[in-house]
Amino acid sequence: MNFADLWKRSRIGIIAVALALVVGILLLLVAGANPFEALGVIIDGSLGSSIRIGDTLMVWAPLVLAAAGLLITFAAGLWNIGVEGQITFGAIAASLVAREVSGPTWLIVTLALLAGLFGGAFWALLAGLLRTYGKVNEIFGGLGLHFVATALAVYLVLGPWKRAGVASTSGTEPFPRESWLPTVGSTRLSWLAIVVAVASVFGVFYLLRGTRFGLRLKAVGKNMRSAFLLGIPTGPYMLAAFALGGGLAGLAGAIQATGFHHKLVPSISGGYGFLGILVAMLAGYAARWIAPIAFVFAMLAVGSTLLPLKLGLDSSVGGVLQGVLVLFTVLAQGWQSRRRNRADEAALGPPEPPVIPGEVG
Amino acid sequence: MTKSKVSRVLLVFVALALVAAACGGDSEPVDAEGFTFGMILVGPQNDHGWSQAHYEAGQYVAELTGATMLVQDKVNPADLPEKTVDQVAADLIAEGAQLVFATSDDMRDGVLLAAEQNPDIPMIWSSGDSAWEDGKAFAELDNLGNVMGKMEFGKMIAGCAAGLTTQTGSIGYVGPLVNDETQRLVNSAFLGARYCWEEYRGETSPLEFTVTWIGFWFNIPGFTLDPTQVANEFLDSGADVLISGIDTTEALVEAGKRASEGEAVWAVPYDFEGACAEAPDICLGTPYFNWGPAYLEIVNSVVNDDFKAEWQWNGPDWDNITDNTKTAVGWLSGDGLSSGASSDLDDFISGLADGDINLFTGPLSYQDGSVYLEDGEEATEFQIWYTEQLLEGITGESAGE
Repeated sequence: MNFADLWKRSRIGIIAVALALVVGILLLLVAGANPFEALGVIIDGSLGSSIRIGDTLMVWAPLVLAAAGLLITFAAGLWNIGVEGQITFGAIAASLVAREVSGPTWLIVTLALLAGLFGGAFWALLAGLLRTYGKVNEIFGGLGLHFVATALAVYLVLGPWKRAGVASTSGTEPFPRESWLPTVGSTRLSWLAIVVAVASVFGVFYLLRGTRFGLRLKAVGKNMRSAFLLGIPTGPYMLAAFALGGGLAGLAGAIQATGFHHKLVPSISGGYGFLGILVAMLAGYAARWIAPIAFVFAMLAVGSTLLPLKLGLDSSVGGVLQGVLVLFTVLAQGWQSRRRNRADEAALGPPEPPVIPGEVG
Repeated sequence: MTKSKVSRVLLVFVALALVAAACGGDSEPVDAEGFTFGMILVGPQNDHGWSQAHYEAGQYVAELTGATMLVQDKVNPADLPEKTVDQVAADLIAEGAQLVFATSDDMRDGVLLAAEQNPDIPMIWSSGDSAWEDGKAFAELDNLGNVMGKMEFGKMIAGCAAGLTTQTGSIGYVGPLVNDETQRLVNSAFLGARYCWEEYRGETSPLEFTVTWIGFWFNIPGFTLDPTQVANEFLDSGADVLISGIDTTEALVEAGKRASEGEAVWAVPYDFEGACAEAPDICLGTPYFNWGPAYLEIVNSVVNDDFKAEWQWNGPDWDNITDNTKTAVGWLSGDGLSSGASSDLDDFISGLADGDINLFTGPLSYQDGSVYLEDGEEATEFQIWYTEQLLEGITGESAGE
């Protein structure tokens, strides 16, 4: 791919980030901070020591898993907005293992991660079944199931899994140490979480690029009717996409529970599902861009927590910066699809609704 | 002057100096220029409630000693998903904190981990019991102490103000989550309300006292009940006085809105001295925590290198419960309290002060009918701290085991 081609493909993302940067700098100036100093704090806060790099990677891993899973469902033309619920249900399944199974760490951790994988897949399949057999749009089904999963987590934390004598949404009793993901040195970094996240990126890249399944999945995503007429069983393919995507989201939940919080909290998903959607969009639905883009988000999230400490900024500034980035991405995406529709209209007449992301690579 | 007279005068001087030193003790601010302490808050530092009370105590200490305070607010899994309490503690230490205050019940797991990981850094887990050797959850950590105020007194006063004011005989308590602490405080408010309803007003009909728990210390949309809605449901169902047990001021704000529409309703906020400000006219007063003196003492002890991991449960300064240089728990009456109620309340407070009124005296039963205190039995600290259930007469859920 030459430079012009690369620019053409990624310009929307670049423009969005550049605009977000400009607005972010203006916001920091209004807040009375030196933007370069703030940038320095964010970089130092996320990369300044081995511990901080570990902290950043522990945010990166679930974010990458969620985004990688989303690429599969996006490839099938599905808006898997219910990814948050899949993370939560994966975390619940992993928590069940971490609480109930006793044995050596390798066994508990393996079972917990598998439970997360299958839990997330199961939860996504529910949305998939609603979509394929119940004609319920996956956006609504997924959102509904997200609320159900959250309610289930709240119920467990306040009910059957509550601490003795306490009923608080602040979480369950911490898991026994044997079921914590093993960490590297004195950091909070779990190498297993990183291995799982990296493997998911390679796996999704290969799946969508190099397999017959991936090719057919993309055909379903591009034009379901044609794919069906060409003999692809679209229903099972969509269900498979849900199961795989949900499984990766569930793994993210398992890592959140056993590697980060070490207990079940109702907000266990950390918002990484919704953030993962934005990572996937910013990446242009391309697996190879997911890891670096997720890393920038993770740096921003972890590093900006030091802004109040170092520069006396309000603790919500980090969230505002992230929001600005998100806003401009969405605006840029909208602008892009508008332009594409216009071009299509000029060439072919009225556009085919709806516009579904399909350029997976 | 003879030699013996001189020595006698000298002796008197020495004695006076010793007495002065003893009286001053640790609570005289040390010069702590260059000393840094970290403060971890569960909510926003300007929440007009729990977190702001800690924040302002930190400012008080910083002003008196010249120490520097580092603050990280909104540390909870919903607002700060990317960091846990032990990570925040590590950040504060990396920025130079030589002492860390973790100021929420919610931070238990994180601060225990942080104390274990940083054995050389003294830490305080406020409202906790990890350093209470005779408590139920003693953790052997030489660097982790606890501070709590005897808010049961503040809540009894709050309950009394409510009991003296209610016209419908129905009080609603907007509760946070259920644990030992919150059950203790709901029970205290109930005991105060019932006492004043019966003793000062001579009412014989039972007082309605209902608690609704929202699930956390403050509203987290999607995860807790919305305290605004809870407050309105209370007011719709006939309660005319709301008592807040959460970190934020929704109960007062909603009652204020209703009052401005002409309804006869009142509220008692919580935690923070200035909490009445959002609806002063219908505010009966606020029981508040004054963490400053205890935090000052702790900073002094760390600077003087004699920090001890103690469990402190500090009471009000009964000589003057609004003397913020001394008291750990205070009560500030609000404009909404009538003058008649005000004088009864003063009488109640002086009864508590001299011990004539001890509401934690049996016979008292729990909600399930089991005995909490036998007839004439006075509750021990342990029995008050670890209240297992709500008391009989209160409507609402207990945590149970």
